[in-house]
Amino acid sequence: MSEFSVIGKPIRRIDGVEKVTGAAQYTTDIKLPGMLVGKMLRSPHPHAKILNIDTHAAEKLPGVKAVITGPRDTLGVKYSNWRRYPHLMDETALAMDRVRYIGEPVAAVAAIDNDVAEEALSLIEVEYEILPAVFDPLEAMKDGAPKIHEGPTVRNNVSEARHFEFGNVDEAFKTCDYVREDTFYLHSVVHAFIEPYNSVARYEGDGHLTLWTTTQTPYYIQTLLAMALGLKEGNIRIIKPHVGGGFGGKMELFSDQVVASILSMKTGKPVKVELTREECFEGGRRRHPMYYTLKTGYMKDGRIIAKEAKLYTDGGAYNAMGPTSLYLSGFFQMFPYNIPNYRYDGFHVYTNKIPATAMRGFGGPQAEFTCDSQIDMIAEHLGMDPAEIRLKNRMEPGHVIPGLAKVESCGIKECIERAMESTGWKEKKGKLPKGRGIGMGCYGFMSGGVFNWINSPYAYSGAMVRVNVDGTVNVYIGSAEIGQGSDTVAAQIVAEKLGVPMSDINVIRGDTHTCPPDLGAWGSRQTLMVGNALIMACDQVLEKLYKTAAALMGPNVVYDYAAKDGRIFIKERPERGLDFVEVVKAAIRADEGNQIIGRGYYTPHDKGMVSPAYSFGAQVAEVEVDEETGKVTLLQVTTAHDCGQVINELGVEGQLEGAFVMGQGYTLSENLVTDQGKILNPSFVDYKLMRAPDVPENFTSLMVETYEPEGPFGAKEAGEGLTNPNAGCIANAIYDAIGVRITDMPITPEKILKALDEKKKKRQKDKRNE
Amino acid sequence: MKKILNFTLNGDPYEVAVKPKTTLIELIRDEIGLTGPKVGCNAGACGACTVLVDGKAVDSCSVLALQVEGHHVETVEGLADGEKLHPLQEAFLDDGGYQCGFCTPGMLMAAKSLLNENPDPSIHEIRHGLSGNLCRCTGYVRIIDSIHDAAQRMKKEGGES
Repeated sequence: MSEFSVIGKPIRRIDGVEKVTGAAQYTTDIKLPGMLVGKMLRSPHPHAKILNIDTHAAEKLPGVKAVITGPRDTLGVKYSNWRRYPHLMDETALAMDRVRYIGEPVAAVAAIDNDVAEEALSLIEVEYEILPAVFDPLEAMKDGAPKIHEGPTVRNNVSEARHFEFGNVDEAFKTCDYVREDTFYLHSVVHAFIEPYNSVARYEGDGHLTLWTTTQTPYYIQTLLAMALGLKEGNIRIIKPHVGGGFGGKMELFSDQVVASILSMKTGKPVKVELTREECFEGGRRRHPMYYTLKTGYMKDGRIIAKEAKLYTDGGAYNAMGPTSLYLSGFFQMFPYNIPNYRYDGFHVYTNKIPATAMRGFGGPQAEFTCDSQIDMIAEHLGMDPAEIRLKNRMEPGHVIPGLAKVESCGIKECIERAMESTGWKEKKGKLPKGRGIGMGCYGFMSGGVFNWINSPYAYSGAMVRVNVDGTVNVYIGSAEIGQGSDTVAAQIVAEKLGVPMSDINVIRGDTHTCPPDLGAWGSRQTLMVGNALIMACDQVLEKLYKTAAALMGPNVVYDYAAKDGRIFIKERPERGLDFVEVVKAAIRADEGNQIIGRGYYTPHDKGMVSPAYSFGAQVAEVEVDEETGKVTLLQVTTAHDCGQVINELGVEGQLEGAFVMGQGYTLSENLVTDQGKILNPSFVDYKLMRAPDVPENFTSLMVETYEPEGPFGAKEAGEGLTNPNAGCIANAIYDAIGVRITDMPITPEKILKALDEKKKKRQKDKRNE
Repeated sequence: MKKILNFTLNGDPYEVAVKPKTTLIELIRDEIGLTGPKVGCNAGACGACTVLVDGKAVDSCSVLALQVEGHHVETVEGLADGEKLHPLQEAFLDDGGYQCGFCTPGMLMAAKSLLNENPDPSIHEIRHGLSGNLCRCTGYVRIIDSIHDAAQRMKKEGGES
């Protein structure tokens, strides 16, 4: 058992003091001399042709410095993260000749202040020809439905279809004792990060541009902005200050980033574009609604033999990250179970609504709601304990999903057992008083994606570690801290490797001019991928230092050194060593004053189609349902999570709690309501996020530590997977409490009361028929 | 037409000329240049802009600057005493009471207001005391713990002095 100095220890985050004193700078806090205000005009129609845009009156308004439209002032380049698959790139910064959702940007202005900018927008006259629109994916797929996009690969508004299959599903169904089919509907929710989208662009002249922006993927923004503006990617500098949450909603190039840049290029002044909260709803992104059908074949003993999943997603007007959500939903549908025969068909369908995209869980929350709900239905049918049926069908370490994935470490068995033990599951399941119930949900999740949509020639993560002459260390990483604590994890990994104190580590990040390229924060990739790049970089540094130490000390075994607690010493003779700083100084002198720099990178190899490693977990919720009001109260929530080696326990617990509460909102209260494509609740007053009094009073996080061979120090995902099982877990607990099953999300008091009423009527009818 | 406004901000007297429609958050962030308080919704629903006026939490996006004439305004920047952090700040650091940090300046001031009124709140009282402040990262669990912890620290400090 290795003794770590900083890994797994209770350590304060490195960005803490600036965040609690108000000193931390976000994009919105940036104010540059001469800075103008940029604002966008948005479409009031869900689907319309643009016949003409008249900007004359706006341009004449005193204080207006520039007015831009798509056809006149942009290159009209279609962009998105799908550089590798150009047929999926379907979005432009400003509409070119057609708008496809209410809120789509049509024109933009730069003015001396907000009031003038708003007045200018009101003076832009856009002539539209309204086109028929469609809002539901099943309607959109029908023959004769309005066509939202032209193009050889789009058929009946389906922009992408996903299929995978292994085993022999049809034959396997025939051998099953039972086959059941259930349908589910999942609604739409938004990311609702508290920091709105905003950008500050400063054109430096001669094709050089700096953009400060709210993003979780600086490198993607750099490459795609270059494409949209026709500049060289290396001449565009993206700076990511602190970011106030992303959750998947800030991983694409957005109009505010392009518009701020073009306005700055036109005016020669810095331009800031800040979206209002309403604009974040109407011009933002959301999680995919899905129509889901599951057909599952199983045996009397509870073994699941075959499964067929089919889903149709409401993708909105553009692909965004939808094709990946679609793919991953079908993939996570299997987790964390051993399904020997599986077939998946998913369809990404355009509608005239805001685009749906990646959102924490990336297709997983929808998958696990359906999977967990149906497993409980199967357990009930067989008279089995839902925990037992989960244990029976669980994945084991080394599990292979043919053609898709190999799971190395897997602690799902321990997770389920510990969650059961901690909650007194056996004493409670089916035995709680009426109105109270307990439910379980399980999941597995990725630790980074083996996906390179952006077609980057660079490694997925890069890192550079520079040791200064006084022993302090500068760490350069291109990954994106957006609140999850990844900069602190990076500092911990370097501190552990080099044996220096956390206070001597300086993390330099969020600037594409100084940091190595990195694919950014999505798919729970940063700890594993940046961690591995950092370990490689540190090993290079250590090799140099060990050589110097050997020259200074002259031991009989040359390179068997270790670095710990500010010393470099002989592994087998720890008392024989040198001060870290002394070795650093000598190493610099010995190499003609060259700085000591280590460079590392990481790209997954031979890791299948999805991820280099998988986390696992089990979630148990105890609820109380008020049968008079339909209100659901969470009494106790317990989660057991396998994230491999824990690097920062406080960070892991915080991620688990945050993920759970986001899932609680998804299940019980959040709902992006639209009518004819118009969002009816685009505010934090009407869109109901969980508030402090709503969250469970008792929340227990249990760490199930495994060792993941592919992860840094054995670590893997901790921030996203737990979003996935909550809806199913809560739905199962509600069923246990009051005997009604809601398959149509969200589970609102109205739906509960209606279901209770139907149950009562059915009972009365059955009684009469007896 | 601008009007003259006199008030104190984090203990310092200010005399400024402001437009009648300027909100308190605009005055603090855009005119005076303290960027701790944040704008999350500009509608009094998220609490990221929370500051104290005479010790009580207020959504500074929903108050006009001229309304604080003669009043004492405190922002997160006034919480620490030089490099010595306030017990609330220490507790947020030790207990993981923040993640992205965007709601934190408002959350800390809401907590200070709560402790001003009730120095020894129960967990239940803390939960309800934060109902005006949204956090999308933490799930509130650690924020609630941090405030409870801070109250204990302050009680201890008060006891020692």
